Parts: sequence; structure tokens; C-alpha cells
Amino acid sequence: MSMNSQGRPSRPLHIHDAGAYEDTFSGSKGLDQAEPLIFERGHFDNTGVDLDAPKGTPTRLGGLDRTEAIGMPGLSEPEAMRHYVRLSRKNYAIDLGLYPLGSCTMKHNPRLNEKMARLPGFGDIHPLQPQSTVQGAFELIGELAHWLMTLTGTPAVAMSPKAGAHGELCGMMAIRAALDARGETHRRRVLVPESAHGTNPATAVQCGFTVDEIPANEGGRVDMEAFKAKLGDDVAGIMLTNPNTCGLFERDIREIADLIHEAGGYFYCDGANFNAIVGRVRPGDLGIDAMHINLHKTFSTPHGGGGPGSGPTVFSEALAPYAPVPYVKQHGDSWTMIEHEADAHDDGTDPFGRMTAFHGNMGMFTRALSYMMSHGSDGLKQAAEDAVLNANYIQARLNHVMTQAFEGTCMHEALFDDRFLKDTGVSTLDFAKAMIDEGYHPMTMYFPLVVHGAMLIEPTETESKASLDRFCDTLEGLALAAKAGETARFTVAPVHAPAKRLDETRAARSPILRWTPPADEQVAAE
Amino acid sequence: MSETRYTKDHEWVTVDGGEGTCGITAYAAEQLGDVVFVELPAVGTSFKQGDEMAVVESVKAASEVYAPVSGEVIAVNDVLEGEPGKVNESPDGEGWFVKLKIADAAELGSMMDDAAYKAHTS
Repeated sequence: MSMNSQGRPSRPLHIHDAGAYEDTFSGSKGLDQAEPLIFERGHFDNTGVDLDAPKGTPTRLGGLDRTEAIGMPGLSEPEAMRHYVRLSRKNYAIDLGLYPLGSCTMKHNPRLNEKMARLPGFGDIHPLQPQSTVQGAFELIGELAHWLMTLTGTPAVAMSPKAGAHGELCGMMAIRAALDARGETHRRRVLVPESAHGTNPATAVQCGFTVDEIPANEGGRVDMEAFKAKLGDDVAGIMLTNPNTCGLFERDIREIADLIHEAGGYFYCDGANFNAIVGRVRPGDLGIDAMHINLHKTFSTPHGGGGPGSGPTVFSEALAPYAPVPYVKQHGDSWTMIEHEADAHDDGTDPFGRMTAFHGNMGMFTRALSYMMSHGSDGLKQAAEDAVLNANYIQARLNHVMTQAFEGTCMHEALFDDRFLKDTGVSTLDFAKAMIDEGYHPMTMYFPLVVHGAMLIEPTETESKASLDRFCDTLEGLALAAKAGETARFTVAPVHAPAKRLDETRAARSPILRWTPPADEQVAAE
Repeated sequence: MSETRYTKDHEWVTVDGGEGTCGITAYAAEQLGDVVFVELPAVGTSFKQGDEMAVVESVKAASEVYAPVSGEVIAVNDVLEGEPGKVNESPDGEGWFVKLKIADAAELGSMMDDAAYKAHTS
């Protein structure tokens, strides 16, 4: 073909020499652009000049004139925008790929949710508007509360907690209020399984309880004999996650509920893993007294830097009277928000107080209800089933090359330990870093603590079979490479990421938490 | 003469007269990975055997360190505050945690010696 023979070569001649020009003049690597800190990039004289005030200009600041530069980086609007866009391109997100972080439920955040949250009637309102002008928002909160109570089989819900741990705090404060109301202030010991989320013992201590750890049995569940031995008249309650952080359903949950109630305590259930059982099991039927629901996990509202959390907390009959204010209340066609404890007393309840300035994260309520209504009750049930199916598919596809931590099927997450890496010179950390080179965010590692070198994978219902197969092919390849002695593939990983292997130890031992300008700039700024 | 005893939770105590120097074992330090922070008790605090005495945090996880024997803290290894890496470098030497005035020497009788601990961790 002679046409366009003088045209631009589609491949530069030196392409065969790949690697020869690894260092670029700009520090950028193609679309992976080098990006310094915003303070290093911007300077006060980049975007303007600071002229001295003309002599004789009266000052009206009453002696409050600024005496030194405030240290803001000076950037033009496009420069500021580019800074953040460039940073975002170095990051991983659920919108980029499978996000297998166990225990985090990184599911797709449907764009319909975003559209609904931006409707002016929900998005542009203010918490201090007259109640008559935000009836629609109240109705939405009431409707969401109705869905949450229905799905959990409970009679009350506090909508205001703003994240999972905040919801835990809400539940434990209600338990404490109920114990105090019974005059049983000596009940201060809370039982927490050793596989629990770290927030559980932290919450208990924050509420003035002491923590008593229950060991796991060999099957990764609560050791019932150890649990029974710890019951006593100083027990305030138990905090249990179900399904638990090993990805297993606590089969003895009914017996646990009965025993803790017989002992005079309450049952706090951590609802972080509710995604696995929505529509299949109503926690209220299992005997729980309080449970938070992570709208940002189970009900698809963004998290992990993408948006604030939201942790509404449901209550049993026993704890319902102590639920905090504020809450919405329906009167025929209209709604009010009960703001004050005194008003709640008129409803015959005795709230333990208030946890937030206003009513909670309205934007997340809108997104969660959009998700629920677009899926319907049958769709929510299928989402839970698919989440469990996907996790079991991963477990079944990988357990011939990786080592499954506990026997049997799992719930919504597959847990592996590091036995398959024994004598390879590759650690769980190295394995996770090699996943970054393969374009995947690593799974949760070294958690739960009860499993050696734990790797906890939660695919969620978001992923298709094709996506799961690509992921499993990759992990299979890595596991075989580790066993074949390709240690260097792991120990220096990641090599293809914008930031290479970080010195996590030094970062933890000598963290640099504050940027200080170079000495010459400090002078110039004055 | 000093002797060293071990707990199943991987603490060691070297007894010299009525005093015991305590730390975590090389096996524990290896399992934890690089130690980045150690929280030590105040001198004068008393512990019963098995009480939570210190907290050690590594790049992997935070773990409690239990008192291997009952007693009162008479010294703590302040060096670990600035150089937690000593726990990895020298777990049974410069990486010691606390010195206890032992309350009940009889507790040592039920603890593991070198050979027994070696068998426990192999």
C-alpha cells in the first residue's frame, strides 16, 4: 500500500526499546501525571499581586488587621480543579473496578440514587426550615423508617446516627438507659466475640462498660460453652455481628438471644453484614434488641471517601422507649418532627437524649430509599442471595489453590488464610500488593484476627460472573506464581502503581502529619 | 540465678530474685510484624496474672500484652516509646516491656520453660 506512505508512523521506532526512557523530563508518565501537594504547586504570587495599601487609607478593622500571610495555596480555578482530578486518577474506586474489601460491602452506587438525592425538594432544603415546608422530606424519612422496621421485624428505629459505629453507640446508650431505668447500674460487663469488628469493644468502653471477650470455636463461630460460662448478673449484654466477620452465620443466635435475656442482659447485633440476609431473615425474629444498619453498605449509599455514612438503629419493644430524639411522626396526612425529650414524654417514651444536631444524613436517606424502591422487596431479597452466591462462587473457584479458613459454605464473604503461602517467602501483605499490579484493590487482610494471615473477600452482588471469573483467574495466577517460586513478583509489588511499595512501618513510626513550607517561601510570604 | 518462664500467649518473664522482667517472645514479635507503637503501664500499677498490662501495635494489628505473673510495676522500658522497633530487633533483650515486683512466685511453677514453649510454638 503506497497511500500515505509519508504519514505519521503509527509506532515510534524506539518502542522496541521500551524502558529506555523510563525517566521523563516532566516527572509525569503519560496520563499518569506527577502531582505535588497543593501547597507545593500553588503559591500566593501565582494568581495575583499583593499591593501595599496607599498611604493615608483609613483602616476600619479596629486593630484586627491581618499581620501575616494565612498560608493558602494560590491556584487559578483550572489549576485547582486539575490538582484534584489528577489525584482522583491515581485512586481506586468502585466506579473503576471490583472492590473486594471484606466486611465493607463495596457495592455499586446506582446513579438513580444520585438523581433522586439532587431533586430540589430533597437536596436544597435546610434543617431549620419551618416544618410545614419540608413535609415531603419528613414523609421520606418516615417511609424509609417503615422499610427498615419491616425488613428487620422491629417496632422502632432511630434515624439520626451518622455511621455504623455511631449506630452502635446509639444502641448501647439505649441499653444503658434501659438498665439504669431498671435500677441495675451494676450491670456493666459486655460480652464481645473475638472476631468482632474493632468498633464493638470500642463502643462498649465509650459507653462506660467493660469488655469481656468470647473466644471463637474451631468452626469460626461463638464458642457456646465459653459464652454460657461468662453469663452472670453483672452482664449488660452481648454485641454480636451476624453474619460474623468470618463470613459465617451464627447458627446459635436464637439460643444466644434466649440465654442473654434470661441472664437479664440485652442483645446488640452489629448489622454491618445485613446485606447477606436482607429479605431472608428478620433480625427481630432472632431476638435482637438493637441493631444498626449501614445504609452505606447494605443500601448502596456511597462510602469510603465517597460520602458520609448513615447508621439508623432499630430497637426491640424493650428498648424502643429509650430511642433518641429527633424522630418523625405522622398525623393523618401531615408529619411533624419530635425534637425535644419533653414532647417525646407525651408519646409515653423516655429518650436517652439526642445524638446529632439535626435529623441525620438526609442525602443518604434519599439514596437508600431510592435503592429500596427501585429493587422492591423481591429485588432486595435477590440482591442478598446474589451476594452470598458470588462469595461462594469465589470460594469454590479458589479453594484448590488458596486455603479456605473454615469448612463449608460461606455467607457474603469468602475467608482464606495464608497456609497456601507457607514456605513460599510470600506474605499476605505481599500477595495483596501484587493484586494492585493486576489492577485490583486488595481484599481485607489480617482481619479477622482469629485467622492467620487472613484474606477476606467480599465481591457483593454487583459483580457479574464474567467479572468474578476475571478476578478468580487473576488470583489463581498469583497463587500459582507464589507456589512456583516467583517471589520477586510479590515482594517488590506494586511496580505498576503510581506509588510503589510504601514503607508502612516508617509511616506509622514517624508520620509526617504537617507540611511546612521551605524557609525561603516563609520569608517571601511575609 | 535467673530463669525464664513463658505464657501460652507469648509473654516471657525472667526472674531475678523477687523481680521479673517481662516482654513478648521472638515468636510473637515475628508474628506481629514490624511493631510501630507500644503502650506501657505506669510505674506503681499492680496487675494480677493474665491482666491486660500493655498494648503493642504493629503494621498488622493491635494486640494486648498480659501480665505473665501478678505483681507491681517497678520500671518500664521508656526506650520503646521512641524506638518500638526494639521489640522486633531484640524481643528478649533491649525490647523488654516492664519489670514487676513479683507478688506470688508460686505462679511461676505452672508456666512453661524454654523447652515447653518451643514445643508450644512449633
